Amino acid sequence: MLGRLSWAAIPFNEPLPLLSGAVVGIVILAVLVAVTVKGWWPYLWREWLTSVDHKRIGVMYVTLGLVMLLRGFSDAIMMRTQQAIAIGSAQGYLPPEHYNQVFSAHGTIMIFFVAMPLVIGLMNFVVPLQLGVRDVAFPVLNSVSLWLTATGALLINLSLVIGNFARTGWMGYPPLSELAFSPDVGVDYYLWSLQISGIGTLLTGINFVTTILKLRAPGMTYFRMPVFCWTALAANLLIIAAFPILTATFVMLLLDRHLGMHFFTNDAGGNQMMYVNLFWAWGHPEVYILILPAFGIFSEVVATFSGKALFSYRSMVWATLAICILSFMVWLHHFFTMGAGANVNAFFGIMSAIIAVPTGVKVFNWLFTMFRGRIVFRTPMLFAVGFIVTFVIGGLTGVLLAVPPVDFVVHNSAFLVAHFHNVIIGGVIFGVLAGINYWFPKAFGFTLDERFGHASFWCWLIGFYLAFMPLYALGLMGMTRRLQHIPEPSWRPLLLVAEAGAIVIFCGILCQVAQLYVSIRTREQRRDRTGDPWNGRTLEWSTSSPPPAYNFAILPTIETIDAFWHMKRAGLPPTAPAYEAIEMPRNSPAGFITAFFATVMGFSLIWQIWWLAILGFLAAAIVVLIAGWGIEREHEISAAEIAQRERAQ
Amino acid sequence: MTTATTLDKTPIGGRTERARGRGGGGPAPKRIVVAYGFWIFILSDMVMFSALFAAYAVLSGNTAGGPTADRLFNLRNVFIETMCLLLSSYTCGIGVLAAERRQPARSLIFAALTFVLGAAFLFIEATEFARMVEIGAGPSRSGFLSAFFTLVGMHGIHVASGLLALVYLVAQVIAKGLGAAVLRRLLCWSLFWHALDIVWVGVFTLVYLMGDYH
Repeated sequence: MLGRLSWAAIPFNEPLPLLSGAVVGIVILAVLVAVTVKGWWPYLWREWLTSVDHKRIGVMYVTLGLVMLLRGFSDAIMMRTQQAIAIGSAQGYLPPEHYNQVFSAHGTIMIFFVAMPLVIGLMNFVVPLQLGVRDVAFPVLNSVSLWLTATGALLINLSLVIGNFARTGWMGYPPLSELAFSPDVGVDYYLWSLQISGIGTLLTGINFVTTILKLRAPGMTYFRMPVFCWTALAANLLIIAAFPILTATFVMLLLDRHLGMHFFTNDAGGNQMMYVNLFWAWGHPEVYILILPAFGIFSEVVATFSGKALFSYRSMVWATLAICILSFMVWLHHFFTMGAGANVNAFFGIMSAIIAVPTGVKVFNWLFTMFRGRIVFRTPMLFAVGFIVTFVIGGLTGVLLAVPPVDFVVHNSAFLVAHFHNVIIGGVIFGVLAGINYWFPKAFGFTLDERFGHASFWCWLIGFYLAFMPLYALGLMGMTRRLQHIPEPSWRPLLLVAEAGAIVIFCGILCQVAQLYVSIRTREQRRDRTGDPWNGRTLEWSTSSPPPAYNFAILPTIETIDAFWHMKRAGLPPTAPAYEAIEMPRNSPAGFITAFFATVMGFSLIWQIWWLAILGFLAAAIVVLIAGWGIEREHEISAAEIAQRERAQ
Repeated sequence: MTTATTLDKTPIGGRTERARGRGGGGPAPKRIVVAYGFWIFILSDMVMFSALFAAYAVLSGNTAGGPTADRLFNLRNVFIETMCLLLSSYTCGIGVLAAERRQPARSLIFAALTFVLGAAFLFIEATEFARMVEIGAGPSRSGFLSAFFTLVGMHGIHVASGLLALVYLVAQVIAKGLGAAVLRRLLCWSLFWHALDIVWVGVFTLVYLMGDYH
């Protein structure tokens, strides 16, 4: 009846996950009780859960990403602490069985449920505003994307208390992830949560490519789009081209596990290296899906806070597109040690080095934008400067790793761990934090506190260097990744420094919580009444903060890049414009309900409760069919209403 | 009906029908936006199939002592199967043309023909699968057969869901007539159906023809 699910699935004998699960459960329960007591459910349902407004969806994505960041970070600090104490004869506090789950969950969550939602959330919020339009191409689909991502995040967190998570690392390489070596639900949690959220991501890709290519304000030709829109376009093209590969790969692994097939097994003609190749054919573009939008954010931030147009806009665009294409030609550098032969390794090594060239172009563009600019060091700009320095170091160690003979020496060592954290924290996370500080006033109508913003930046920067520079050294000294126990006592000092770095990063996170709290408390003093707190250059700053549901009462007509900057130079239109009625999409519960049934389905598939899985699938399909029947999905905002709202600004 | 027609002419968030998304003409009308999005969806589906094709290419020789391609495939059956699917694309095309000319009866007849041909394709495929499993050449026999059943089966699942979608759309045509919104969906569906043909041409060539004359 309940498949593999029984009371034995709850780890009563392991206090650690049970305790943290209980804490999370109590927090969630407290939030639910508070919402019920305050009577906020109708508001939440109407304004958020069923919203198809790209701005609301963006805010919810970012919220999901930040909450998951806390989860992923607690995994990180647990690992650092284990490595700092389990040296020599000491065994630490995490048994290997648990430690393996922690590093697998850390990687999976940080990539799929932190970096992805944060980046996609910012794209959701910003892209239609920058393009000067009122919504994305498929607003209801956008809500489906969001909630399917939330489903994946929920399933992965359920594994904390019901059953266990994969012990395979975040890549889930076979044969370890095959049924023979991972017979329990851990790998199934990994596979199904990523399959379901992957569908959401793919729909996002379709939605945004269509939006950027087909919905832009009059006059906005390709080469008048803000750079962030270009990078969003490149990232979403990569989503379309890469995520289906991951889906197909996971389908094969699932078929191996559930139907006894032999794609990646040791016996009967399976080929494990095919998994590794397919995984990285998705995985390397995925790196650029994350970093390209971050590059876009930095381009906006650097130009705005230097008071100058971005240096060499066109080379920035071409560099973005070059990276977009090259990102599909380097995947083998993740496993030079496969033994593909010298020529194959040489090709991929050279391609990997070449991809540093357009990235270098970008770095010089940012530097030349700052050159002779009037730089204002607000929090986003601090993150941008910190990024340029940090990312160059990460890029250089990346070029080093792209040399196959070097890679043979440091493959799967702490050096590699240091490298990819260097580019992901120094690039993606710094970018997202810059973006959040930059666009927060647009989303909520008040700026974030600068003192805590600066403090959080310094903690993140210093914490990052303390935590990861020692790992470069340790990697060169021979420390491999994923060690639950450190056999070499001489590594202790560096591991302690790394632990201190993690604690400093934790202080940075605390500063951000404080920043949010203080800013909300003092929001009346920090209201942004102009809609343009930073003297911005692009169209999102031309509307009020927060923007009305329809974004622009009248679609702007664009004549140049940095459209808003030039509008400000030319002076704002003198007469009151003639407003017309606007049709906006209606709220739809389709996304939320589909995701609810997808959660039921995913959970049942993991636990092999087949009847419930079929029911969940049918219910989700019926919701989609009802939503697709085409009941009237738009409502009209009258011209008078718009005129009134615009006058009130 | 009327709302569907007026909605269709209103570009999302825009004002004018002259608007085109390519350059600077403002937001494109809904008809173009929806079709464009659907093309991109098909593109992503093709990428997924390409991964399965790649897996088949890698594993096609890994028979693990089990049956090989030239011993398993019956080209005569596959040829009939192929003809069913290609013909169904033809009838699908005629049906859509009729729908565009607002001839509901004619379009429904050709939709029915398309359904029958698609179902015949699935029936032949299912019997072939059943025969293979019966003689011990099921998907868990070898890496080659895993890849074969997954690639061909994934195409079959696409055909099956295409048939279900066709039923759903026919219900819309009967209930609501050939309004702009329904027509838009029919056109998208026909794109999907033709795309499955293209995939099948790949399957027929790579799996069956090359398997038989290896």
